[in-house]
Amino acid sequence: MDAAVFLISAVVVLSGAVGVLLARNPIHAALFLIETLFGIAVLFILLDATFLAAVQVVVYAGAIVILFLFVIMLLGVDRADDLGIEPIAGQRPMAAVIGASLLGLTLTTLLIAVNGPTGDAGTTAVLGNAETNTRLLGEALFTDHVFAVELTALLLTVAIVGAVVLARRISGPLQPLPGVAIAVANDQETEED
Amino acid sequence: MEVTTTWYLVLGAVLFTLGTVGVLTRRNPLVMFMCVELMLNAVTLTLVAFGAALGDLGGQVSVFFVLVVAAAEVVVGLAIIVAITRRRPGTTVDDLSVLGG
Repeated sequence: MDAAVFLISAVVVLSGAVGVLLARNPIHAALFLIETLFGIAVLFILLDATFLAAVQVVVYAGAIVILFLFVIMLLGVDRADDLGIEPIAGQRPMAAVIGASLLGLTLTTLLIAVNGPTGDAGTTAVLGNAETNTRLLGEALFTDHVFAVELTALLLTVAIVGAVVLARRISGPLQPLPGVAIAVANDQETEED
Repeated sequence: MEVTTTWYLVLGAVLFTLGTVGVLTRRNPLVMFMCVELMLNAVTLTLVAFGAALGDLGGQVSVFFVLVVAAAEVVVGLAIIVAITRRRPGTTVDDLSVLGG
């Protein structure tokens, strides 16, 4: 049963990834990305990480991919790419060589050199099962890692402010922010030239 | 047939490789970003699989922080893409080989 779920999820994940790679239209690539993310969420459930499975669907498929789609439609870059042209000579053979070496190295390590992960069982936090997963994860986050959780709040705030500043439309003679006064002044000079 | 940790690790390795090849070959900055997300997901799968193998919650805690950082990274990265595309419509990463705006 587990093996069947794993194999189906693996097929879903890998076909989605190949779809992202080969899709000519960015919107199709985003939809293939959702397919891959759902497959990963199923694998999380199979590993008893139920909370992360829900977060995977809500945050990745529900927020990040939607953000991608917003940007694609906002910018109107949904025209199809021509995958036939190769602008840098030898780019694709080099990419194939690098990909084959990466895959060869990791698979050699995993399948031939060692058989599964080694090391002692974890001692920092008990894993629990699917029922207790959310409670244990919350306890670990808000006791042992509470400082890191606060830092992520700061990180998200900085990201929001940064996104607003970067995507701000500069139009006409506006009163620039003190920090970006020089950059805006340079822009206006070049436009007058 | 029992699903061992190695299965998850092999799947993570293949997914990471696909993401790498995508970043190296695609020219649309948005699609390159999606391939970076593929690589991040390969690593999160690996972390959860290791955590399950060793009976430790640390892997899942790490994945939680990876998710937050990925969300912040996507927000800032897409804002940069919007700013660039507004100035130079229809641009690809190959056109942006010189810094300086």
